[in-house]
Order: sequence, then C-alpha cells, then structure tokens
Amino acid sequence: MKPLSQAVASVPPSGIRRFFDVAAQLEDCISLGVGEPDFVTPWHIREAAIWAIEKGFTTYTSNYGLFTLRQRIAAHLKARYGVEYSPESEVLVTVGVSEGLDIALRALVNPGDEVILFEPSYVSYVPCVLFAGGTPVCLPTDYRNGFQPDVERLRRALTHRTKAILLCYPNNPTGAVATRETLEEIVRLAVEHDVYLVSDEIYDRLVYETEHTCVAALPGAAERTILLGGFSKSYAMTGWRIGYACAPAPLLEMMMKVHQYTMLCAPIVAQKAAEEALERGETEVERMRREYDRRRRLVVERLNDMGLECVPPQGAFYVFPSIRCTGLSSEEFTERLLWEERVAVVPGNVFGASGEGHVRLSYATSLPKIEEALRRIERFVLRHRG
Amino acid sequence: MREQQAGWEVAMEHEKEKAILEILEQDARTTPEQIAAMLGLEVEQVRQAIRRLETAGIIRRYKTVIDWDRFGEEQVFAFIDVKVSPAREVGFDDVAERIYRFPQVHAVYLVSGDHDLRVIVSGRTMKEIAAFVAERLAPLDRVQATYTQFVLKRYKEDGEVYAEAEPDRRLVVAP
Repeated sequence: MKPLSQAVASVPPSGIRRFFDVAAQLEDCISLGVGEPDFVTPWHIREAAIWAIEKGFTTYTSNYGLFTLRQRIAAHLKARYGVEYSPESEVLVTVGVSEGLDIALRALVNPGDEVILFEPSYVSYVPCVLFAGGTPVCLPTDYRNGFQPDVERLRRALTHRTKAILLCYPNNPTGAVATRETLEEIVRLAVEHDVYLVSDEIYDRLVYETEHTCVAALPGAAERTILLGGFSKSYAMTGWRIGYACAPAPLLEMMMKVHQYTMLCAPIVAQKAAEEALERGETEVERMRREYDRRRRLVVERLNDMGLECVPPQGAFYVFPSIRCTGLSSEEFTERLLWEERVAVVPGNVFGASGEGHVRLSYATSLPKIEEALRRIERFVLRHRG
Repeated sequence: MREQQAGWEVAMEHEKEKAILEILEQDARTTPEQIAAMLGLEVEQVRQAIRRLETAGIIRRYKTVIDWDRFGEEQVFAFIDVKVSPAREVGFDDVAERIYRFPQVHAVYLVSGDHDLRVIVSGRTMKEIAAFVAERLAPLDRVQATYTQFVLKRYKEDGEVYAEAEPDRRLVVAP
C-alpha cells in the first residue's frame, strides 16, 4: 500500500503511553501525573448546562460561537488585562485551546516556516507545528533561572524563515511565569523581525504571588498576537472542550476558515456553560486558586527538603523538580518510582530535551494524597541518593 | 503614616489567621508544620496564632464528623419550631436558654417567620423525641405551640455530603 502522510509519520508516538497503561493497572497507585484539576466543574456551571439542555440548546451556533459568549469573553479580557477585541470579528470560540493552537498554526505557517518555542514545552506544540507543515525550533530553558525564556538565545534563533514565536506562560510543565520585562523584550524582537506571537494563556488565572501578564496587552503586541485562552483549568472544565482565540480580524478570519470547515462550531452546551462561568464563576476560581497555592507551597518545601531541587513555580499546578541527586534519568526515575512506590509522575524528557533530569508533578490532587505521595517519593529518593 | 502601617499590619494578621482557620475547618488534624508550609509562615507563628484563636474562643473546639448511620448506630433527629411569647427585657433569650441546656438539643436558633425558635433535637427513637416535646418543651413557661418535623434522610450537613464520594474520573496520567 502507498505510504501514509509524511507529516503525521514524522511525529514520534507519545513516549509516556506505556507508563499510563502500567499506572492505570496498579492498585493503590497515587498519580501526580494528571494535567487537569482535581475539582469537578463548579455546580452552578454544571447546573446552567443542564438547564441549557432542558431548554433545547442543542443546535449549531454561529461558526464564531454564540455572540453572547463572545461578548462576555471580550468584556472579561478587557476588564482583566485591558486588551480590546471586537466580539464581532476578533473572538472565536474554539474546542479548547488545543483546537485554537492547531488552527492558529495552520493559519500562519507555510511549508518551511519556522516556529520558535521554548522547551520544556507542552507535548502538543511540536506535533502541531509539524502537522501545519512548519519547522519547530526548540530553545532550551534552564531550571536555575526558573525556566525563564532566554531572550538572547531567541535573538540568535530568529531567521528570515521564522514565522512565529509560541509562548506559554504560566507554563506547562514547569509552572514558570515569564516576567513582564522578558515578555516585553520578546514582543520587541517580534516587532523588529516581523514575526507573529502565539500565546497560550490557558493557565492565566492560576498564578501565585504574582500577576499574569497578557502578552497581547504589551505595547506593540496586539496586531501580531494570537491569544489563546480557555476554561479548562480556571474553571475545572477540561472535559467540556471549550476555549477561545482572539486576534486582529484578518488573522482571526483565516483561523475561522479552518475552524468553519473542520470543527464547524464548539458544542453549544459547553458554550452555555462557559457563559455561566464568566458570569458567576469568580468566587470558585479564587477558591480553587487558593487551594492550589497552599498545596504548591507544601510540595515545593517538601521536595526541596528531600533534595529534589525546584525553584518555586508561580503558575499552573505543576512543579518540575530536578532529580539529578538520584543519578537517574527522567524515565528511569519515573519507571522505578512507579514500580517501587506506586507513584505516577511524568518524565521531564517528554516535554523536550531540556526536560531531561526533571519530572513533572501535578499538585492538582487532594492534600492527603499529595502528602502520602511525598512520603513515598522521599523514601524513594533516600534509597537512590546513595 | 505610622497609623496606616499599623492598620495594614492588623489587616495582614487578620488574613493570615483567616487562612489558618479555613485550613483547620477543613481538617482539624493539619499540623502547624503543614499549615506553615502551605501559607509560607514560620511554624512558631502558626502555633501562636492557633493559641490566640483558641483562647479568644474563636476556635471553639476540634471535633470529628461521623456518619453514625454507617457505623450502625441509629439516631433520630427532629426539627421543632416553637412559638414563644416574648418577655420584657429578655425577649426570647431565657426560654432559649432553658431549651439549649438539655443535652439532646443540638441547636437552637431564633428565626424570622411563623415561629420564634427552631430547635434541633436528637434521640434514639421517635418516641423518645415525642416524649421530650410533650414533657419538657411544650410545658415550658411562655411556650405557646410546638411543631415537630422528623428528619427522614440526611443528605448534607455542615457542608458534608452523606453519599458515596464521587470517584476520580480522570485518566491516571495526562499531558
């Protein structure tokens, strides 16, 4: 038979699958490997969705999404970050940030175009660039400076082929939040070299001891930025698959074309739920954020105490400690920890080469479970430190 | 300026204590070490705050939430609405006090509406509660009427839902 798509074949299969399958089988395994909130969606949001179904909200919506939802998204972004988007033509409701990312890249990239991204990075970025026909250019970051994007390295990596820079702060998997100054410099470079910015800000509401910087709000950024946001993490709505993309009208129109012919529209029930989330979800967002913050401090302190060094992450719900004191590779550490102590974490190398020597722990898990997991990890580390 | 600074410090202190209370309200067994780590405070600071909250009567006591039904120990609860004629100077307070001193009384509230006091009473059987109402509550001076409702099923109490915990439906590992 004829060979299948090269673009798809060139993407290696996910390396962590086999860990998932093992972990799922083990009894009394505690997982710190989950990339989603341990809270269920706040009841008022679920209730609003039930009501929407009862009322017969079961149809397609405008390709852009419900106008009322787009209005709320625009108002929300204006109030929080001072960015202005027209709900008529600059806001697109997507099936999660995942879809937003895909159509953003497809709208931007021509064959051979380079897309720069910082590693360790979320696992979808490189494959999505490849699927769009682009060439990913991965720049490493270092835990010793808290995984801040390296502007000098970025300057050197920019070429005439560079089409876009992909940013994700607060970051999955490191929990890093880029400083405003760093982001401003990145925007300046983007303007100077005329490249686009794709900013995945899905974790914008989960920041601790700092403020979120919306990239699109920085001077000169709006006209070349695609802002991706969503409801999954802030409102514990991962399974609803609902997010949004905002960009200047001509750019958004390109994305909209892909969205229109592939997705048609985001599910209407999820859109109704998202409206409710924006309208009345604030208290719950803050309640969950505070809870994450407490767990974060506890986890960071305990990990540092046991020798798994980590700079306190300021966002998302991940810590990305160094495991070098054990002398194990990320995969060895993960696999042995799973078998010996029944704790599942994610090996850092799946997030890119500069993630080697680290593992990702999620603290989106109940406190008693986190504590038990930390006891087990401590035992494990003591045994392997030699 | 100094006053402003002092005011700010008091507000900060209040926020810290509030956070400590919230954690203890969730789980009274959280240790000062854990609380300190969670809030980024010194352990001694947390200990001191807890002591202060205890002596000030803000932390009343530490108790355990028990599902007695599940343990196999049956208990009957009733809500009793009581109509009381108020008295000069004391209003309803003296009657309320006479009622809440009974150990089987779980709660007494002064409420708006048709009745004046809402009393929550427990007993081993309905008969026991009926006897309490007939012999103890109704004959009290100035109690004009009582209206008893037995609890048939408890769904949620003090924020605790009495049902099987919802399972964690998430995948074990997700990117």
